[in-house]
Amino acid sequence: METLNNKKRNPNTIPAIICLAAVVVLLLLLDNVLPANEFTLMLIPVLKKSAIYALLCVSMNLLNGFTGLFSLGQAGFMLIGAYTYAIISIPDADRDTVYMYSEGSDVTFSIPEMLGNVIGKNAGNFFGAIICIILAGLVAAIFAALIGIPVLRLKSDYLAIATLGFAEIIRAVCQWDKLERITSGSFQLRKYVDFGDMKLQLGGMTIKFSSLFPYLIAGLSILFIVALINSTYGRAFKAIRDDEVAAEAMGINLFKHKMLSFVVSSFFVGVGGALLAMYQTTIQASPFKSAMTYEILLIVVIGGIGSISGSCIGAFLFTACNEWWLRFLDSGSINLFGNKMSVPFFRDGFRKVIFSVIIMVVVLFFSKGIMGDKEISFAGMGAKLKALSGKSKKDKKVKEEA
Amino acid sequence: MVEFLHNNLAYLINGISVGGQYALIAIGYTMVYGILRLINFAHGDVFMIAGLMVVYMSTVLPMWLTIVLTLIMTAVLGFFIERIAYRPLRSAPRMSVMISAIGVSYLLQNCALYFTGGLAQSFPSISFLTKPVNIWGTSVIMAKVITPFLTLILIFLLLFLIKKTKIGMAMRAVSKDFETSQLMGIRINLVISVTFIIGCLLAAIGSILYFTCYPSVQPTSGGMPGLKAFVAAVFGGIGSIPGAVIGAFIIGICENIIKGGASIFGIQTNGWTTFSDAFSFALLIVILMIKPTGLFGEKSTDKV
Repeated sequence: METLNNKKRNPNTIPAIICLAAVVVLLLLLDNVLPANEFTLMLIPVLKKSAIYALLCVSMNLLNGFTGLFSLGQAGFMLIGAYTYAIISIPDADRDTVYMYSEGSDVTFSIPEMLGNVIGKNAGNFFGAIICIILAGLVAAIFAALIGIPVLRLKSDYLAIATLGFAEIIRAVCQWDKLERITSGSFQLRKYVDFGDMKLQLGGMTIKFSSLFPYLIAGLSILFIVALINSTYGRAFKAIRDDEVAAEAMGINLFKHKMLSFVVSSFFVGVGGALLAMYQTTIQASPFKSAMTYEILLIVVIGGIGSISGSCIGAFLFTACNEWWLRFLDSGSINLFGNKMSVPFFRDGFRKVIFSVIIMVVVLFFSKGIMGDKEISFAGMGAKLKALSGKSKKDKKVKEEA
Repeated sequence: MVEFLHNNLAYLINGISVGGQYALIAIGYTMVYGILRLINFAHGDVFMIAGLMVVYMSTVLPMWLTIVLTLIMTAVLGFFIERIAYRPLRSAPRMSVMISAIGVSYLLQNCALYFTGGLAQSFPSISFLTKPVNIWGTSVIMAKVITPFLTLILIFLLLFLIKKTKIGMAMRAVSKDFETSQLMGIRINLVISVTFIIGCLLAAIGSILYFTCYPSVQPTSGGMPGLKAFVAAVFGGIGSIPGAVIGAFIIGICENIIKGGASIFGIQTNGWTTFSDAFSFALLIVILMIKPTGLFGEKSTDKV
């Protein structure tokens, strides 16, 4: 996470590339080589979901943390992304079973399948999914542009409520039975191309990309957002966040920049929604309520509003705790040094209560979150390590850049 | 016209009674917003918690005691929410307080989820409120008939409190100018606590009336009525109590007319119920476009 237009050689580049390569190798190993055991069965879904949530949180942070627009419409854009993706990637043969309540669908094409006829099934699924994801983002962005025209003129809390309202309207429309030949009404969409279908034929070998795929998409998207934040547009966003009137006085076109931020953020929320659809393998409109938006917002707060790396760390911590580490709170017993002890108030839902208490503590006492508005950088970490060991005071100046 | 009224009376009575229930919730939103400039996202969940209190207490206590205790405990809950989650952030940016409110909402919902085990809890029937009454050939339960009257009585009491008593005067002063009223010796924290207590009391009454008309309480059942009541508050002009009440009645009636769409307008489809929820938000967006300060809201100017 560094300024991309730095003329000087960036001290972060080499460690970042090494880390990236390590992550890619690790994920490929997880998918293809390592045997499935209890540990990897927990690890892989958590890793996939974390990547998706990281993207969603970073997109929300672009809007709420960097542009100062308090929007709560994320669930709606996720829903648009997820539905668009699912509708255009269900294979033709499966349409009749998916749309069994509406007796067939009006959408008669499947992009992965069309591509598959030309370049082979696996490659068709892989690249078709990418095209569908981009289309999902685009549809979300178009809706955002339409919604933005009236909504972005509103002030802070009115904006929050209006976007929340739009998300609810989108959900209602998706569940409308007049549209059931497209959206399947209130029934679920399934059998579309998901992470399990992501494999490529390379030199006679089939390589699975099941967990690398979300990282690929989310990583590229986050990189794009970081580049945007570090561009002149990003500086204009921050100026708007810090003082709208002053920003306008300096010649920044408020509406244009707010719209840009809103549309870009919604595009990536739509992409995140499509990835979530792939992760879940079935999708339904009813869970996309405001609670989903709140959850993303709270992760952003835990990570630190205005910090991209904070959002990513927050997403990983939240997902890991939620899906894995704090599961024992729901199970009714605790495993202490091999002895199973049953704890009376550990039962379903206790994990969520503990979670919300932690969130309240963060909100009330550590309002900066994990990272505040700083970013992690390898140079900064190196400098900290050196400062800790007390070797030189000069290096302290090479501190965290953000 | 008369015949039309007669045929669709059930929807109208439903609408008016739901409107009254929304009004009782909306007052909590509008008063808090008037004083703290905060959308209290947790208010809808306080409403739900009040419903759950009735469910749990009625299993061991007689009904009258349950109702009294529910009112008291909901008010206490409101007091503590303000004390713990909002007061420490009084000088923080508005966004932090709003996030704190969302956090409280998340906490209350998760606590409810834990205690109910995620199951819908059936609401006890309060014999006085569930008695069927016959109005012009339409049979409705008592709760729906008394709701609008009770709402109006409570609102006149509230308006009296705000216009004529000392604490009411303090409330008006604080909502006009926070800092100046502090300088004038008004104990702001007391005024804010009283505001939350009144808001929660009314929400508890609304909750008992609302859930009497529905079979069960769920951890998520506070969200929708809460949001709609908020829309009503914005529609009427946030900060204005009569505005919130009128907005709530309009939303309640329109929503039920839409719900009855199939029989009223003769268009056969079962998507009407989903759209009755979407309607409130569409109304919100329209009103924000045309008149952002709502029907009776004060015009605010931005100072640089």
